[in-house]
Amino acid sequence: MGLEDRLPEGIALTTVSQAVSWARENSLFPLLFGLACCAIEMMATFASRYDLGRFGAEVYRASPRQADLMIVSGRVSRKMAPIVRQLYEQMADPKWVISMGDCASCGGIFNNYTIVQGVDKIIPVDVYVPGCPPRPEALIQGIMKVQEKIMKEGIKGTNK
Amino acid sequence: MTENLTVSKLRARFPEAITSVTEFRDEITVSVKREAIVPVCQFLRDDPDLAYSFLVDLTSVDYLEYPQKEARFAVVYLLHSYKNNERIRLKVWVEENDAVVPTVTGVWSGANWLEREVYDMMGITFAGHPDMRRILLTEDWVDHPQRKDFPVFGKQDPVVRIKGFEENFDK
Repeated sequence: MGLEDRLPEGIALTTVSQAVSWARENSLFPLLFGLACCAIEMMATFASRYDLGRFGAEVYRASPRQADLMIVSGRVSRKMAPIVRQLYEQMADPKWVISMGDCASCGGIFNNYTIVQGVDKIIPVDVYVPGCPPRPEALIQGIMKVQEKIMKEGIKGTNK
Repeated sequence: MTENLTVSKLRARFPEAITSVTEFRDEITVSVKREAIVPVCQFLRDDPDLAYSFLVDLTSVDYLEYPQKEARFAVVYLLHSYKNNERIRLKVWVEENDAVVPTVTGVWSGANWLEREVYDMMGITFAGHPDMRRILLTEDWVDHPQRKDFPVFGKQDPVVRIKGFEENFDK
């Protein structure tokens, strides 16, 4: 119907927003940092067996300037909180945050004075992955949820 | 029962400073008066027959509701003699309103960080310590968490405020 019928072969129509979001969702660059035992599962996720490269997110960047996905993998102590916040602020927009595991999401079993009761008290979180620790499959689903969100929000929604 | 060599030497050298000696399962604990802890440690380290050259650990206990206590806190010194393969435990008892103990950093410089940890977690200060700061917790921490009367959620503001970042996500 309409315009598509008149296009030569091999040409597809889309919007800039969709094209940009599609590029973003398929090349997420997570920030390379682990806070506790969840980080072990995170390492397994991007290693050969679970191969996060299938979802375009296997290149972990050690610098927040080059990353656009923060995976908070573990408990955040009150001493660590300013550092996590600073890393988040150093990441360039657009950026997304996964809160991996019970401790990062709500404090988990560490219901005490020294652990921040959920990393969402210091940075905005996009996806929560429950589990103690979550298996790599769960983290992969969390990353896929972030991808869905990227597609839905388009380029306008990312200017936080 | 013959008295242990270390204890008899200590009693002979410091008749005033030893307040009690207990033995439980071959472990000897000597309670020492606060003023004498540095000379006692120096003697145990330097005496050629004893040679307690190694400070294994320096820690503290809060005996808040314990019945057989001499004071509220005890600073505990665990010493080891490589020469005789023997260990001894020294205790210095201090009350909460006067929780100051002379430092033993002059005897074992490794006591530096151990005493800082005791200060950080239990709030016992060490007179003469070269660097009496918190070692584990942040500088602005309120009170000392290993005390038995410390609430499990702490005494600080429950809202996490981060210096330099005004926006707060804690709703």
